Amino acid sequence: MPLANHHTSVPVLVDEEKCIADKGCTVCIDVCPLDVLWIDETTGKAHMKYDECWYCMPCEADCPTDAVTVNIPYLLR
Amino acid sequence: MNIEDLTIIDTDVLVIGGGTAGPMAAVTVKENNPKLDVILLEKANVKRSGAISMGMDGLNNAIVPGHATPEQYVREITIANDGIVDQPALMAYAQRSFPMIEKLDAWGVHFQKDETGDYDMKKVHHLGTYVLPMPEGHNVKKILYRRLRRHRVKVENRYQATRLLKDTEGNIAGMIGVNTRTGEPIIIRAKAVIMATGAAGRIGLPHSGYLFGTYENPANSGDGHAMAYHAGADLANLECYQVNPLLKDYNGPACAYVTGPLGGFTSNAFGERFIECDYWSGQMMLEFFKELESGKGPVFLKLDHLAEETIQEIETVLHTNERPSRGRFHDGRHTNYRQQMVEMHISEIGFCSGHSASGVWVDETGATTVPGLYGAGDMASVPHNYMLGAFVYGQICGESAAAFASERGEINLDRHLIDQELVRLRAPLERQDGIPPEQMEYKVRRLVNDYLQPPKVTRRMEIGLERILAVREDLKLLKANDAHELMRAMEVHSIVDCAEMAARASLYRTESRWGLYHYRVDHPDTDEQRWFCHSRLYKDDNGNMAHGTRPVAPYIVSLGEEKDAYNQLRVKQAANA
Repeated sequence: MPLANHHTSVPVLVDEEKCIADKGCTVCIDVCPLDVLWIDETTGKAHMKYDECWYCMPCEADCPTDAVTVNIPYLLR
Repeated sequence: MNIEDLTIIDTDVLVIGGGTAGPMAAVTVKENNPKLDVILLEKANVKRSGAISMGMDGLNNAIVPGHATPEQYVREITIANDGIVDQPALMAYAQRSFPMIEKLDAWGVHFQKDETGDYDMKKVHHLGTYVLPMPEGHNVKKILYRRLRRHRVKVENRYQATRLLKDTEGNIAGMIGVNTRTGEPIIIRAKAVIMATGAAGRIGLPHSGYLFGTYENPANSGDGHAMAYHAGADLANLECYQVNPLLKDYNGPACAYVTGPLGGFTSNAFGERFIECDYWSGQMMLEFFKELESGKGPVFLKLDHLAEETIQEIETVLHTNERPSRGRFHDGRHTNYRQQMVEMHISEIGFCSGHSASGVWVDETGATTVPGLYGAGDMASVPHNYMLGAFVYGQICGESAAAFASERGEINLDRHLIDQELVRLRAPLERQDGIPPEQMEYKVRRLVNDYLQPPKVTRRMEIGLERILAVREDLKLLKANDAHELMRAMEVHSIVDCAEMAARASLYRTESRWGLYHYRVDHPDTDEQRWFCHSRLYKDDNGNMAHGTRPVAPYIVSLGEEKDAYNQLRVKQAANA
């Protein structure tokens, strides 16, 4: 069965100017209960890889540089 | 990969799930016997996992001397559950409730106190006073984490347990699972296992259609219910679904427990109160459902009559604790508590003893029906346990498991089971072509909504079961592109198991009970003659889903004249109204 690419607008935004994941920080990635935040291999910064968000906010609350913003997923907004 | 290629990790006690009950269980084992090795296995990261990742805004069921007695509490919860409770298990919770509050207080958890230093208890239940606010309750997980470190509990994050292991005599022997980031299997051999895997919160589909917009933390996908079932444990009263009154679309609690004592209430479209009491029960949910479907619906959380300083207090608690993003949700819709009532709706179904009464059967020692296997928190069957009950049963299970493990000798693992599971774990990654987990999950959860959501109709549920079984046939087509998708694929297995259990358990009990939770339109009456019993669901010797009953243990607290109180929740109209 062929598969299609399926695009979604994701709720968690990471400000790449502020994010220090490229310096070894993994706080937001560690605390996410759904494990949806990963390092983007091209930029070295954190990003939301899977649209599986509980909008629970530890990633935003625990980020040491205030780089993370949790929005309400579009379908709920 | 075969079992010979895998290192088997040994421990005395294994705790599966690092949310609320799990950390308490692990710490308790160490407090009881520091020599025992304890591993706490967590699918996410114990720092922020489970239902209380951002804290909790109050204790819903605290029995504090001077405000309530254990006997009053056991009576009220028995009545709220239409009589089907195991009172010895409830009493064990009730008696340990206050010592647990004092323990948490000593650990640094902040509870609201009045000007004399007493716990500031509030009445939300229909009869008694059991709610203790904790407006500064956002740091509970941090406090638990500190205790885990102090007692040197070994924490293994990002591991998903997928099957429990037994020895050749049928005792529990550990678990097999998988690393959610590498896809590597893991086998842990343990003398006792405590499950604290949370609710089955991803069975139904939220009305928003967003798979992860569930009431429960969506990591709680019913893995524990499925694992216990496959290990041969009894599950109880699964037809007593969890259905919650929530903020519509946001799908988080409206928090009548926070707003109620401050004057907020659940209202209809005309701003009128229609239920006497906002405490979550099946009977309350039935009145909620009727109002929703009536010309006076929908239902709202009404705060717009409150004073400015009260609203500010409510906002501070609700927008910093438990589900803090709800403030953002309201902002996006320009909903201000001062001017607008907030629309509410009923949630998708789930299994969660924290709020209702279904789950893996445990007795007052936390023991399941499999020797050496214990269960605590939202996955175990003790009703209305909430956060404090998770802590108390975490503690009880910790004590029981420590004692069981101390007396256990060599364990001979059943290798056949391990080989089978390794095949199941490998399959989605090896397949070249197939169905993505997300698509199959959407399908089964949509079927649950269409066919199992109460009010329940027999023929509709029978069709639902057929359709769910058809999805079960598709499980072999699941395809995962990476370890993360493998985790989701294994969760789909759990979700299909839970969906089938929900359908079969509901068809088995041919009466109506627990208000909306098990409202069968074609069996509308409560049949005390035949159905005053727990229902059992278990895997029989042929591997089939089987049913039975379990008698209700003789009451240790009689119900007295209040026994029908929860059947009278609708606000009475004055005769001249």
